[in-house]
Amino acid sequence: MATDLNLQVAGIKDDYKYGFRDSDDHYAFKSGKGLSRAVVNQISEMKNEPAWMREFRLKALDAFHQKPTPKWGGELSELNFDDIHYYMKAADRQGKTWDDVPAEIKNTFDKLGIPEAERKFLAGVGAQYESEVVYHSLREDLQKKGVIFVDTDTALREHPDLVKQYIGTIIPIQDNKFAALNSAVWSGGSFVYVPAGVKVDIPLQAYFRINAENMGQFERTLIIVEEGAQIHYVEGCTAPMYSTESLHSAVVEIIVKKGARCRYTTIQNWANNIYNLVTKRAVAHEDALMEWVDGNLGSKLTMKYPAVYMIGKGARGEILSIAFAGKGQHQDAGGKVVHGAPYTSSRIISKSISKNGGRASYRGLLKVAAGARGSKSNVVCDALILDAASRSDTYPYIEIDEDDVKVGHEASVSKIGEEQLFYLKSRGLSEAEASTLIVSGFIEPLVKELPMEYAVEMNKLIQLQMEGSVG
Amino acid sequence: MTKELRIENLRVAIGGKEILRGVNLTIRQGEVHALMGPNGSGKSTLSYAIMGHPNYEVLDGSVTLDGRDILTMEPDERAKAGLFLAFQYPTAIPGVTVANFLRHAVTNVRNPERKEGEDLIPMREFRKELREQMDELGMDHDFARRYLNEGFSGGEKKRAEILQLAMLRPAFAILDETDSGLDIDAVRIVSEGVNRIAAKNSTGVLVITHYERILTYIKPEFVHILFGGQIVENGGPELVKQLEKDGYDWVRERYPEAAQNEEALELVAKQQQFQGGGKPAF
Repeated sequence: MATDLNLQVAGIKDDYKYGFRDSDDHYAFKSGKGLSRAVVNQISEMKNEPAWMREFRLKALDAFHQKPTPKWGGELSELNFDDIHYYMKAADRQGKTWDDVPAEIKNTFDKLGIPEAERKFLAGVGAQYESEVVYHSLREDLQKKGVIFVDTDTALREHPDLVKQYIGTIIPIQDNKFAALNSAVWSGGSFVYVPAGVKVDIPLQAYFRINAENMGQFERTLIIVEEGAQIHYVEGCTAPMYSTESLHSAVVEIIVKKGARCRYTTIQNWANNIYNLVTKRAVAHEDALMEWVDGNLGSKLTMKYPAVYMIGKGARGEILSIAFAGKGQHQDAGGKVVHGAPYTSSRIISKSISKNGGRASYRGLLKVAAGARGSKSNVVCDALILDAASRSDTYPYIEIDEDDVKVGHEASVSKIGEEQLFYLKSRGLSEAEASTLIVSGFIEPLVKELPMEYAVEMNKLIQLQMEGSVG
Repeated sequence: MTKELRIENLRVAIGGKEILRGVNLTIRQGEVHALMGPNGSGKSTLSYAIMGHPNYEVLDGSVTLDGRDILTMEPDERAKAGLFLAFQYPTAIPGVTVANFLRHAVTNVRNPERKEGEDLIPMREFRKELREQMDELGMDHDFARRYLNEGFSGGEKKRAEILQLAMLRPAFAILDETDSGLDIDAVRIVSEGVNRIAAKNSTGVLVITHYERILTYIKPEFVHILFGGQIVENGGPELVKQLEKDGYDWVRERYPEAAQNEEALELVAKQQQFQGGGKPAF
């Protein structure tokens, strides 16, 4: 395996592994650049949506125009909203079987290894190409148990009441500029519904792919886990390299009901000219558990802080965040936990690595509301800086309105230690090998939370990121 | 053919201060040497300089392994050439298991020509050998899954160093204060391990210590006293006895010039303890 990896590495050098692009003459529809009521109306029309959804979109468009661009976080001044295609459809219809997927798109996902992955270890797969989901499948036994796993557009057609009941309830249109933008022009994303008591034991996965230049991808994901049910959802993201930037701005809303569990794993590996501005939030009811495992390796700028609102007694929230910022990248990542009920507990573990002038920031919020007595929270952020040109910052915010709480916060920043390097080198490891081992050890607490296949993938990506990083 | 580690007129400075002032020492494979000296006489400096720590500046002299100049080599190349240093303060590498680390180390040291990214030694073969060596040292197999030196007790750290020695089978091993911080049972276990490994691989061993204790288990044929940055006495086991009986005062009296250096060095050593010179930074 190591040899294969080496060949791959030799083949791509510093390049981004997923940087291939398809020809762009296969689009069924491409909206003009820029955003207007006309564009929003057109999207809604093409999707043949109910009137309430069109209203939702138009209201969101107004909110988008009203909301200021954030002044905190990353540098957004170069992001030009008028230079983006907000909707692009590459295929006329969604494939039911893999063979139905248009050849060019299939090629892309074949290169990413999706059909094999599905056969080997997934309960279901969704694949989104530009704005639309092009393929979706779910294991039959899960369908029989009433599990729904479709793209959100299909859900709006086939389960309109469920969508209407939940969409925008966790992340309101007004929440922030990018949530508003997503609400106005959303397309695709996953809709997952797990009936009470159903445990989905192996992951469902979605793949997101941006292929066109100046493309904006705005998937909308909604996950409802009924009482006592369980689900693990995994997403992966890639895009080719272009000279101009693209925008990915997703909204993910999750409801975890009493005694249910949800784990949401992201391996974000966008090309490093993508703005990745994502709002992710879950509510956890009584005794529910919500876990975010959030790996950010790609993109030009990521601003993403997965949140858990614990609104039922005994609810738990866990956020594991890993960020790797290389040359020209800024990862502004972290997490938010809000304790809104007694005896809730949360944990945030953040690990960031910056190298070759990259910048990694931890930004987090820990909030305990009055009355959330007996709640516990622990926040640990560790940063590893690989060279003098790179940067790491920590912005932890803590707001506590209750006396009866236990709260811990630890932060550490380390450089790869000369003593660590010397120790490993004295055992025959080259400097590059030693650094890679130290970095992989640094993120090990997170990687071991991933399913095996993803852990392997993550280690591979880290290895690729580390290639040539040490003189 | 017997290999030879030859140190000639080695002068080493750290932070601009000269610590070693011309050390001469030759060790052949299969020989056991002890290097003794009071605190701050430059013993650890010698071990770090031989292994190539970047903070130790070689001012003059040479170190050769079988005629090859090792001072121009990176520490990993020195390891591949057959050198091993058992650290006084092994560094923790969080998140990296003993097994994973050792598999990389063993692969590199046994195949010095290996290019980066090429296959590691086969897992099965490696595991089997690692287990055998752990059994020999009376170590629990779970130890292999622990993160390297993280949260290890003093005894575990030293045993882990000896496990590495056993797996890497170097031609020459320097044991830097391997007995410090160990109780008498641990000293015995570690020493027996060293004796067994050294005999099996005919390793040339240099035991650095300022106590006599470890030398009742690892019996040196050659004993050297480092004082004021120079080796001032060379002899056999009788030197150990003499130090045990009389301490270092007679050395100070016999070498007044070195004693002056020694005082200066002690000061430097004290400062270094607080500046992290050689000690774990994490």
